[in-house]
Amino acid sequence: MKDAITIFVEQANGERIELEAPLDMNLSVMEVLKAHEFPIQAVCGGMAICATCHVEVLENHGDLPEMNDDEAYMLETLPHATGSSRLSCQLRVNPDLDGLVVRIMPEA
Amino acid sequence: MNKITTDICIVGAGPVGLFAVFEAGLLKMRCHVVDALPAVGGQLSEIYPKKPIYDIPGFPEILAGDLIKNLEQQIAPFHPTFTLGERVEDLEKQDDGSFIVRTVDGTEIACKVVVIAGGLGSFEPRKPAIESLDKYERKGVEYMVRDPEAFHNKRVVIAGGGDSALDWTIYLAGLCKELTLVHRGTTFRGAPESAAKVLSMAEEDQIKLILKSNVTEVHGEDNLEAVTVMVDNAEPYRIEVDNFIPLFGLVPKLGPIENWGLELDKSAIVVDTEDYSTSIKGVYAIGDMNTYPGKLKLILCGFHEAALMAQSAYNIIYPDKKFVLKYTTVNGIQELQQ
Repeated sequence: MKDAITIFVEQANGERIELEAPLDMNLSVMEVLKAHEFPIQAVCGGMAICATCHVEVLENHGDLPEMNDDEAYMLETLPHATGSSRLSCQLRVNPDLDGLVVRIMPEA
Repeated sequence: MNKITTDICIVGAGPVGLFAVFEAGLLKMRCHVVDALPAVGGQLSEIYPKKPIYDIPGFPEILAGDLIKNLEQQIAPFHPTFTLGERVEDLEKQDDGSFIVRTVDGTEIACKVVVIAGGLGSFEPRKPAIESLDKYERKGVEYMVRDPEAFHNKRVVIAGGGDSALDWTIYLAGLCKELTLVHRGTTFRGAPESAAKVLSMAEEDQIKLILKSNVTEVHGEDNLEAVTVMVDNAEPYRIEVDNFIPLFGLVPKLGPIENWGLELDKSAIVVDTEDYSTSIKGVYAIGDMNTYPGKLKLILCGFHEAALMAQSAYNIIYPDKKFVLKYTTVNGIQELQQ
């Protein structure tokens, strides 16, 4: 059993930055992105109420965690969300997310 | 105009701002607290009053709302005064080193020390990324409905799919000449009764509902004259309008404090960990809004910051007195006179 998965962040120029996300710390993707100093604010700290950790999922190999009502409502009110938008604070790091590719979305 | 004079003006009535009143009060410094929200407690009252917090020392578990109630009780002997429901706007340093803090409604607080305990910031409307949108702000583009009568007999486009978009669509439909709701999705996750009402109003032609669509452009000479709507990647088209109201919820922002000339790092206020002072003498920042090496955004860290801030502020407010640490177990609580 692996103790970490790999997540990629696609930059504007198409380059993909590889991040290691440990499985044993109960982290969210938002927390992994913050730990690597990506420019996401995540002001609310992970309660799905500010949408400042908005990402677009470009590739996933396993199932993503199901969206709860709070996250779905928040995404629906975002002007620039797409069908693959998620709040990264609601994506708990787990083996299904291995190989996930995300793009960090602008704040609005 | 409302004018207040105090020792310390605390910006933000969240847990850290409230506890700062306590620490200041122990040192006989009076506080006036300003908050943009209409009630004290900040995000604890506004967002998660019923959520338990497990990392307040001495409380194995406490509801956020109860923590605020306890803090209010704890600071009561120091008789703080409050301006609630007004966002701070300006900070003006006086020649004698004191300050005037002004709110958006013109309240003026004259004080010797300013303590920013602004937490997440103030909640401001989220603006969609449409080119030149800001050019038409208050000239046809409104991010909130201040006075519904302003839209009487106007041609209005509302964008959004949340509760506020639904509620204002329902409310304004009877007032406007033409009302169009533009929504990116095909369903509404707002209150089901509001969603049903909007759908039935569209069927009865009281409003125009355009789903799977976005407003992509705004046009006009000086004032807003038209918007471009794009439906599901089809050919965009123009709608002639008087007003465009994008309602995409609120996002916490640093707000006007950003322009106070404080040293910032990624929208947080840089402080010296010796006393949580900012780059402006007499202005302190405590709690979630500050940053320093090793910063943790925890309520308990904010409490610690409040204590250190207070002993430093004491030296500004009572320059001739020497600070002596006094324990509440020895001295109790000396109530301040009202």
